[in-house]
Amino acid sequence: MASVSLSSRLNKAVRQQYMSLPQGERVQVTYIWIDGSGEGLRNKTRTLDVEPQTIDDIPEWNFDGSSTYQAEGSNSDMYLVPVRMFRDPFTQDPNKLVLCEVLKYNRLPAETNHRMNCNKVMEQVKEHIIWFGIEQEYTLLGIDGHPYSWPTNGFPAPQGPYYCGVGADKAFGRDIVECHYKACLYAGVNIYGSNAEVMPSQWEYQVGPCEGIEMGDHLWVSRFLLHRVCEDFGVVATLDPKPMTGNWNGAGCHTNVSTKQMREEGGLEFIEQAIEKLSKRHKEHIQVYDPRGGKDNMRRLSGHHETSSIHDFSAGVANRGASIRIPRPVGQEKKGYFEDRRPSANCDPYAVTKAIAYTCLLHSEDMEESEEENIPAM
Amino acid sequence: MATSSSATLSKTVKQQYMELPQGDKVQAMYIWIDGTGEGLRCKTRTLDFEPKSIEDLPEWNFDGSSTSQSEGSNSDMYLMPAAMFRDPFRKDPNKLVLCDVLKYNRKPAETNLRITCKKIMEMVEDQIPWFGMEQEYTILGTDGHPFGWPSNGFPGPQGPYYCGVGADKAYGRDVVEAHYRACLYAGVDICGTNAEVMPAQWEFQVGPCEGINMGDHLWVARFILHRVCEDFGVVASFDPKPIPGNWNGAGCHTNFSTKEMREEGGLKAIEESIEKLGKRHSYHIRAYDPKGGLDNARRLTGHHETSNIHEFSAGVANRGASIRIPRMVGQEKKGYFEDRRPSANCDPYGVTEALIRTCLLSEEGDEPAEY
Repeated sequence: MASVSLSSRLNKAVRQQYMSLPQGERVQVTYIWIDGSGEGLRNKTRTLDVEPQTIDDIPEWNFDGSSTYQAEGSNSDMYLVPVRMFRDPFTQDPNKLVLCEVLKYNRLPAETNHRMNCNKVMEQVKEHIIWFGIEQEYTLLGIDGHPYSWPTNGFPAPQGPYYCGVGADKAFGRDIVECHYKACLYAGVNIYGSNAEVMPSQWEYQVGPCEGIEMGDHLWVSRFLLHRVCEDFGVVATLDPKPMTGNWNGAGCHTNVSTKQMREEGGLEFIEQAIEKLSKRHKEHIQVYDPRGGKDNMRRLSGHHETSSIHDFSAGVANRGASIRIPRPVGQEKKGYFEDRRPSANCDPYAVTKAIAYTCLLHSEDMEESEEENIPAM
Repeated sequence: MATSSSATLSKTVKQQYMELPQGDKVQAMYIWIDGTGEGLRCKTRTLDFEPKSIEDLPEWNFDGSSTSQSEGSNSDMYLMPAAMFRDPFRKDPNKLVLCDVLKYNRKPAETNLRITCKKIMEMVEDQIPWFGMEQEYTILGTDGHPFGWPSNGFPGPQGPYYCGVGADKAYGRDVVEAHYRACLYAGVDICGTNAEVMPAQWEFQVGPCEGINMGDHLWVARFILHRVCEDFGVVASFDPKPIPGNWNGAGCHTNFSTKEMREEGGLKAIEESIEKLGKRHSYHIRAYDPKGGLDNARRLTGHHETSNIHEFSAGVANRGASIRIPRMVGQEKKGYFEDRRPSANCDPYGVTEALIRTCLLSEEGDEPAEY
C-alpha cells in the first residue's frame, strides 16, 4: 500500500512478545528535545538503575548537535537538561519520557531553546496566575506525502461534511486520534479534548488549561506523542500551516489566555485592556507565531477559511475571521478568557506564550530602555 | 477498493493504546445533529470525574459555521447535554452524550426538532405514548456503490435476500452484529435486526420507547452505526432510494400505541387515530423526511411495499398501505399500528411529534398548532 510505511507492517504480535518481557529493577528513560529547526523533535534513551520519582532524579545528558542542525562538528557536544517528566505510554510503567532544555557548549541556551526566556517571563508574572489552552491542528499524510486517505493523485469532495464528522467517507484516520488521546492521558499530558477538523484528514486536539511554563511543556510532549503514534501506524503528522493550497483550510494553534483578574467578576475589562495592548504589537507577535518569522503564516493567514489577514489586527465576539476572538459566553458573562487565533500550527508554544504574557502583563510603551533589558526582549 | 484506507490501519497497534489506563479521567463524546438535519457531528472532552447522570455534564459550544449552522462572523453555537449513554468504542467509564443545539441567542437551531418534540410529549404524558421505529439502511463501499455488489454492476434480482443467510445472500453481516452488540452495551433500546429485501440493505428496530426517548435512542443508534461502519471502512446510507429501478427503498416504519390502544377494546382508539391521520396526509408527508417530502417522492411509488405518496390508505396486514394494522392487532382488537410513510433519513423527533399532534392533540390542517 502506497500510503503507510514498511515499518508499520512489521509483525506487532512479535513486537508484543518482547515488549512484555519483565525488566527487573531497571528503567528506560527517553530524553526528548527540540532540534535546530525549531520544529523538529529528537529523542534518545538510556537505562537508569532505579525508577526516578521526580525530575531531580534524572541526570543531565548530552548529544551530538552537529547531527541536529545545532552545532559544528568540531565543537558538537550539547547539553540536555531535564525539565519535566511524564509516564511512557509506549513502553509503559515504570519507564519515563523526559522533556529537556538544550544548552550550548558554553551553557547558554541553544538558538531554538525558547523555554529558558519563556520561563523567566512566566516567573515575573506569577501573581497573575496566567492560564493557557492551545488548540493544536494537524494533518495526517501518507508516507507518499499526500494527505492520508485522499484519492491517489486526486482530491476528496469539497469541505463541508468533515468538521466533527463521523463515517468512513468523512473521518480519515480516527484510530490515530483515539490512540494519541489515550497515550496523552496515560502519560499525564493535560489533554482537554479532540475533534475532526474542516479539511478531511485534518484533526485537532486541545491541551490545557496549563499555568505559565507548563503550557509549552505539555504541548511539546503531546506533539512527540503524536509523531510516535503516527509512526506506529505508518503515517505522518504534519504541523505545516497550509499543507494544501487552494480551497482547503490551513492549520493553526489557536491560543486561549486568561489571568486571575480576567476570570473573576468584571474580568471582561481586563480582557479588553489586554486586546488593546496586543493590537499595538501585531507585527512583533506575528514574527514569533511561527518558526520562520512570519513566513509560514503568510501562506495561511489570508482572511479566508476562518483566518484573519496577516496584515491587519482585528478582534470580535464569536468572530472566527478576527485575529482575536472573544467567545460568546465570555461576552455574556463579562469574564473568562480570549482566543488569539494567529499562531501557526508549527509555532513554538514557549515563544507564543512568552509573547502574550510579556505584551499583556509586562510591556509598557513608556518603559525605560534599561527596564526592558531586564526582561528578555522579543 | 470498496473499503477505506483507515480501516486497514493496524488494529493490534490500536488495541495496545486503547488498553492504556486513564486514571480518574473520563472522555465524554458530545454528539449533535448538524445543519442538514440528517448529518451527525461529534467532538470529545476530558472530564475529571465520571458523570452519573445527565445533570453532571457541562454545556459546551462549537463552530456552527463549519456545520452549515451559522456564519463565520457570529459562529458560536451551544451544545446542551440531553441524553447520556455508555461508549462502546472507548468503553467504560467513557460516555456518549447526545445534545440539543442552541443558537447564539439560546433559541433552538433550525434543525433542533427535539425541543418542540419534548414539549409536545410532556403535554400527553398521561397517555403513555410508546414508539418503535424500524430503521432501514444500505451499506455502501467508499466508492458509493452498495457493498458487496459487483463493481459497475448488479447482483441477481430481489427475492433470496430478505432475512437470508449465506455469502451469496447476506452482504456485510459483521457490521450488523457489531452494531447490535454496541447498542446493547451503550444502553440503546435495540429490539431486533434482520436482513432486508435489497442485498446490502439491513434493518434494525429500536423500541418500545416512551415519548422523547424514541428520538434520543434512534439518533444515538444511528451514530453508533456510522461509527461501526467507519471502523470497518464502509458507509451506512439512510437515503430512501439509493438505487433507482427494481430495487427496494429504505424507510423508517414507525409503530405507535397509547395506553388506551394497548388495553381491552383499544382497536377503537387505533381506528380513531387512523381516521385523523387520513385527514392530514400532506402535513405528515412534509414531516417525514428532511426535505419536506422531496426525498420520499423518490421512494413512495406504490410499488416495492410502499404506498403512493399522493394517497392515504390503511389496512390490516397491508404493506402497500400508508398505515398497516398488524393482523394480530386486528384479531385481538388492541395493540398498536404502523405508519409506513417515514423515510429512512427522517428526523424521529419530527415524526413522533407529528403523530402526537394529529392523533392525541387532534390537530387539523397543514400547519402545527402553537401552544
